Amino acid sequence: MVTTPLLPSDYLDLVSPLRAGADLRGRIEAVHPETADAATLVIRPGRGWRRHTAGQYVRIGVDVDGRRLWRAYSITSPTDRQDGRITITVKAIPDGQVSNHLVHRARPGTLIRLDQPTGDFVLPHAKPAKVLYLTAGSGITPVMGMLRDTEVDDVVLVHCAPQPQDVLFRDELHGLVADKKLRLTEVHTAMDGRLDVARLGELVPDWAERETWACGPAGLLDAAEEHWTDNGVRERLRTERFRPRIVVAGDGGAVTFSTTGKTVDADGATPLLDIGEEAGVLMPSGCRMGICFGCVTPLKAGAVRDLRTGEITEAEPGVLIQTCVSAAAGPCDIER
Amino acid sequence: MTAIDPTAHLTAEQIEELGRELDAIRDEVLAARGEQDAAYIRKVISAQRKLELASRGVLLFSIFPPAWLLGTAGLSVAKIMENMEIGHNVLHGQWDWMRDPKIHSTTWEWDHVSPSEQWKHSHNELHHTYTNVIGKDNDLGYGIMRVDEDQKWHPLHLGQPLWNLVNACFFEYGIAAYDLELGKNLHKRRRRNPEFRARAKAVGRKIRKQVLKDYVIHPLLSGPSFLTTLAATFTANLVRNIWSHSVIMCGHFPEGVQVFERRSVEGETRGQWYLRQMMGSANISGSRAMHFMTGNLSHQIEHHLFPDLPSNRYAEVAVKVRALFEKYELEYITGPLPKQVFSAWHKVFRLSLPNKKPKIKTPAREKELVAS
Ligand SMILES: Cc1cc2nc3c(=O)[nH]c(=O)nc-3n(C[C@H](O)[C@H](O)[C@H](O)COP(=O)(O)OP(=O)(O)OC[C@H]3O[C@@H](n4cnc5c(N)ncnc54)[C@H](O)[C@@H]3O)c2cc1C
Ligand code: FES
Repeated sequence: MVTTPLLPSDYLDLVSPLRAGADLRGRIEAVHPETADAATLVIRPGRGWRRHTAGQYVRIGVDVDGRRLWRAYSITSPTDRQDGRITITVKAIPDGQVSNHLVHRARPGTLIRLDQPTGDFVLPHAKPAKVLYLTAGSGITPVMGMLRDTEVDDVVLVHCAPQPQDVLFRDELHGLVADKKLRLTEVHTAMDGRLDVARLGELVPDWAERETWACGPAGLLDAAEEHWTDNGVRERLRTERFRPRIVVAGDGGAVTFSTTGKTVDADGATPLLDIGEEAGVLMPSGCRMGICFGCVTPLKAGAVRDLRTGEITEAEPGVLIQTCVSAAAGPCDIER
Repeated sequence: MTAIDPTAHLTAEQIEELGRELDAIRDEVLAARGEQDAAYIRKVISAQRKLELASRGVLLFSIFPPAWLLGTAGLSVAKIMENMEIGHNVLHGQWDWMRDPKIHSTTWEWDHVSPSEQWKHSHNELHHTYTNVIGKDNDLGYGIMRVDEDQKWHPLHLGQPLWNLVNACFFEYGIAAYDLELGKNLHKRRRRNPEFRARAKAVGRKIRKQVLKDYVIHPLLSGPSFLTTLAATFTANLVRNIWSHSVIMCGHFPEGVQVFERRSVEGETRGQWYLRQMMGSANISGSRAMHFMTGNLSHQIEHHLFPDLPSNRYAEVAVKVRALFEKYELEYITGPLPKQVFSAWHKVFRLSLPNKKPKIKTPAREKELVAS
């Protein structure tokens, strides 16, 4: 009442953005370069932060050139870090808006938006006896979070990177090896070529007996799923994907965002989430890859195509779509 | 339609070329828009909130005259900033591109008795689309005044200087009534319309909240300063109302601004739409502080051409737009605030009387041009 039309929190945010009860934010307190194109960000989360489980990710909302963009990053710090801060480690990808901003331009002191940690790429309560981590590139990040958090008696890591200097956390990994806490195989793909998952047995003879966590590009994960399935041990393999598997595209159409009152042309391959964000529409989002349902939105008219399956969904009262994996299939109207 | 069409010398070709040049100006700003613009609006919002808080704090002791003066002045400025540079522009979607849910046209609510939702409809959709089209743009005299020779005279118009003064003092209520289209909707049949009733209820709720804050809670918190704080918030609202009314009158009422016939906008091209915005608006010249306090509506012409470009960019856009006016030999109507306010009031007085001479018929050629 006193502050109408604003809320008291609008004023408190001016002085204490990280306080309990505020929208969850974080402050970037340090940026440490890791490799030429990767950096670790140390983030002080707001008071409302709930402790994560090793292997989980956090969604962050960063302003890049004044525009708020949301992306997911695995948490690389252990859960019991004394100072209450968390770290994420980001690898800049070519033309990547957020990753390049975070690696090359993020400054300590910057406020970012955070979501609570989430994800089920985690170790089970009962520690497995033998573990295999299979990772490539930036896919090592959730695994690093687990290695730093939980000691397992018998753990093997097979990690792929183009060259030795591209291996994230290399010194720390070799330190673990020296302390006999880890067995490590580095595959340097620029010299040795891609890892042939079918021949993983040559590197890790007892791979099929190990509970496995794999994270990396789609090619590696697809091959792993096939290999584990073929050997009848699919239930031992857990994967974490950083991007959705896109299989199809078709014709697009004019997309109307009826709440905001905007209409824009969309092709048949770009997710409606991206289209809406580009047009300045407030689009809720989550993983941006079709798993969390944080982006569901009513489809009021027209049709959309699921980019993962090609399936067409037509508007009917009550029909909800995942905007992060749906593209326009002709003109459509979505309620945002 | 004023007797002589100031755009008569332009060919259809030229009008489309003008449209393309304006599109290019717009694209330049879209490409440049970024971090600095975002920092600008955040800074303004933060400064406004601090100023409002501080002023209301000072007013808790408004029983002391210096505190009253300081607090009232601060609160007036804060309320003007909130409505003009922040509210009006955020509700236009000027900052939607930032995708910050806290500064977005779909979530913003302003310190004004008309709920954002209703204001956006009557202002963004009706006024900005049908700018200065008689019978379609209700901003033309707000349905209570005659502001062009072509509008029919009625004896009620004799009182329009008085209506205008009352409207200026209670401008936010005038706008709320206008957004509700009260004049039209108070007829018996329409009054029962459930949609109208829902909207009227929303306005009622908003008024209650606003009044409670400004005239009950804040004065009560002031304890012994109850009455003086009440007077202060009333004064601040009055100052804000008169100021925004003056600025807005200067946007479309000064002498020389064109109005258009309903028929002339049918099948309008992009170029013609731009041209109508150019001829249907007027600017206010002045210092940076003046532009800021008008919410950059002093750049009314630029705002009407590009209603959703961030307001901090209008000053640089104005230089380019003005060059186009010169290139196409069009009159760029602008002047200092007192001159424009006088000009607008002069028109209000003049048109409260019936037209002096019989109206000159608009030449056929010119109508064709605007309508083609
Ligand atoms: C659960 C989860 C956890 C993640 N954890 C991490 C992490 O710990 N560290 C990390 O660096 N990233 C991680 N990611 C990926 C991250 O969220 C972003 O997708 C990545 O940083 C790229 O964003 P961007 O804005 O820079 O690229 P964009 O501007 O969105 O994309 C630029 C181009 O790159 C392509 N592209 C997008 N993502 C990738 C990708 N991952 N690999 C290759 N090409 C891509 C796009 O199709 C586009 O063509 C994670 C993703 C998920 C879903
Ligand atoms: S954002 Fe997670 S499912 Fe779409």
